[in-house]
Amino acid sequence: MSDRLAYDKATAELPGTTTDSSIEVRPLYTAADLAGAALEERLGLPGQPPFTRGPYPSMYRGQLWTMRQFAGYGSSEETNERFKFLLRQGQTALSVAFDLPTQLGYDSDHDLARPEVGRVGVAVDTADDVDELFEGLPLDKVSVNFTINATAPIILAMYLVAADRQDVAYERLSGTLQNDILKEFLARKLFVYPPAPSMRLAADVVEYAAAHLPRFNPISITGYHAREAGCDAVQELGLTMADAVAYARELVGRGIDFDTFAPRLSFHFATTLDLFEEVAKLRAARRLWHSIATEQFGAKDPASARLRFFSGNSGATLTAQQPYNNIVRSTIQCLGAVLGGAQSVHVMGYDEAYELPSEEAVTLSLRTQQIIAFESGVTRTADPLAGSYYVEWLTDEVERRAREVMDAVEQAGGAVAALEAGIPQRWIADSAYRIEREIGSGARPKVGVNLYEDEAGREELRLFHLDPRVGERQIRRLQERRAARDGGRVRAALRALAVDLEDGRNVMPALVEASRAGATLGEMSDVLRQSFGEFKEPNPW
Amino acid sequence: MREGLHVVLAKPGLDGHDRGIKVIAMALRDAGADVAYLGLRCTPAEIAAAAVERDADVVGISVLSGAHVALAEQLLGAMEAAGSRAPVVVGGTVPEGDAQLLRAMGVADVLPVGTPLDEVVSRIVRIASEPAALR
Repeated sequence: MSDRLAYDKATAELPGTTTDSSIEVRPLYTAADLAGAALEERLGLPGQPPFTRGPYPSMYRGQLWTMRQFAGYGSSEETNERFKFLLRQGQTALSVAFDLPTQLGYDSDHDLARPEVGRVGVAVDTADDVDELFEGLPLDKVSVNFTINATAPIILAMYLVAADRQDVAYERLSGTLQNDILKEFLARKLFVYPPAPSMRLAADVVEYAAAHLPRFNPISITGYHAREAGCDAVQELGLTMADAVAYARELVGRGIDFDTFAPRLSFHFATTLDLFEEVAKLRAARRLWHSIATEQFGAKDPASARLRFFSGNSGATLTAQQPYNNIVRSTIQCLGAVLGGAQSVHVMGYDEAYELPSEEAVTLSLRTQQIIAFESGVTRTADPLAGSYYVEWLTDEVERRAREVMDAVEQAGGAVAALEAGIPQRWIADSAYRIEREIGSGARPKVGVNLYEDEAGREELRLFHLDPRVGERQIRRLQERRAARDGGRVRAALRALAVDLEDGRNVMPALVEASRAGATLGEMSDVLRQSFGEFKEPNPW
Repeated sequence: MREGLHVVLAKPGLDGHDRGIKVIAMALRDAGADVAYLGLRCTPAEIAAAAVERDADVVGISVLSGAHVALAEQLLGAMEAAGSRAPVVVGGTVPEGDAQLLRAMGVADVLPVGTPLDEVVSRIVRIASEPAALR
């Protein structure tokens, strides 16, 4: 017989401790913590409602997660080369990073664009650039993730033109368009138009995809960037679900049946270092979405309530000091994503506090995934942490608290109104400041930063180096393409786009035609800017 | 040190990473400074105008896109054109070689990613406290 009283006495003097999300954790969890609603009902089986244990019955025994390193820099040629390098190293799908002008709707020769061309991602000005990006990569075979939001409809249109030119039917395209504009206002900050027309564009894409792109995820509802901007795991989950509710309302409000688009909604979470809390969060996310989809939106198709997600590990947890430690941090985070049942994973380069990752660093990120996949054995059984007293208790706790965050957003008028009032942005900034002060005081241990610092200096890293002439080359190419196209056809296509915007029609067909005619990303964005205006963030600072 | 140092902080260029600069704004405020954070995508002319208008003791910009050299150059030009002598501090993902280049261009200090928060605050306060005659 165990003696609980004696145990409690022996541990009574232990100092308190909390998770990353400030959830108080006791030294021990037991079967008594699993009381309450029947565990079987809260968990289900993998591939069955409420999907707590995973979206698919066989999980990684059936199919490993997709290894999808985020990549892009310079022009299409350089990025195409990096893609092919990654595929040769065993990566199983692609993920495109775009430069800032592309993400904000400026052509490479715009004054605001010039210093930024090709820096944080690939520069795209016309559909020809997208063609070249996928040169030698058959789009019916390779799944592509696009981290693009404000200009997502334009990039999707260019991708469809590239598919046409490869003779690939739209129904064979697979991949994901991030297209989550709400989290741009919330945290990532690459918005262009005000929230309401931005929601219209995002919903146009989802609606178009529901009709034409059956294997493509037209949105990835994302908590990752709010987390990177400083919020905790509970806030990340609550804010993501509040955004998901806002998109679903927008689409249902158009008279579209929830079950026609919900199965293709995908999600994106960070996985950071508090391993068990992260696993709990990812499991809670699936149960929470099931509850929202069925109870709030009346989902009839089980696939509408089955949450699938991509996980990126957190750059914010990595340090400039002792950068090789980041390899270890990323390994723990990748393991968390896998134990949490991710469908797709990215692992950060250890050198990203300094530059875009070097070839050596991205290879190591991919190897991290491969070692976990093929050597660790964690893939053998679905949801291996299920039934753990601690993990189940924490899953319940994270879910309960995330619902409170959702309630707070709801009280502020829903996700859009809350953003416009700057409320969740404030939560995120306050949390970021708290974390930084905790690191400063030592209350939050960071090896190499406030523990075991090495005064000897930094390791010499072989950093990535961007060819400084890349911007000029891109601009020259853009100008040649502008000169070579049929100007009358471009003008007509842009006029047709303006008319469709005015009349409230779905923007996708006109964007596809304009892209095909050779209109540039900047020209199409200007038509949208003309119609919608631009958003200036309210500045309470 | 005169009371209430005037600090102008801004994000020039296009990148949206504002976690760091907001944290620094809050920390400088807690240290007693008068801080104006101008927000995202500020043009060099806007930042320089704010520096003049607020009689800034220091101007801090944060860039995480790698475009820090070009943007700092534009800002220094705009500051001169606007007649502001406030020192400029640059933070973000700045490799060591670029940090030297920035200092040679006339940037007063460079605070790369990984600089502890209290050190960021003390270095900005020190620079802001230098008498203008020494600048």
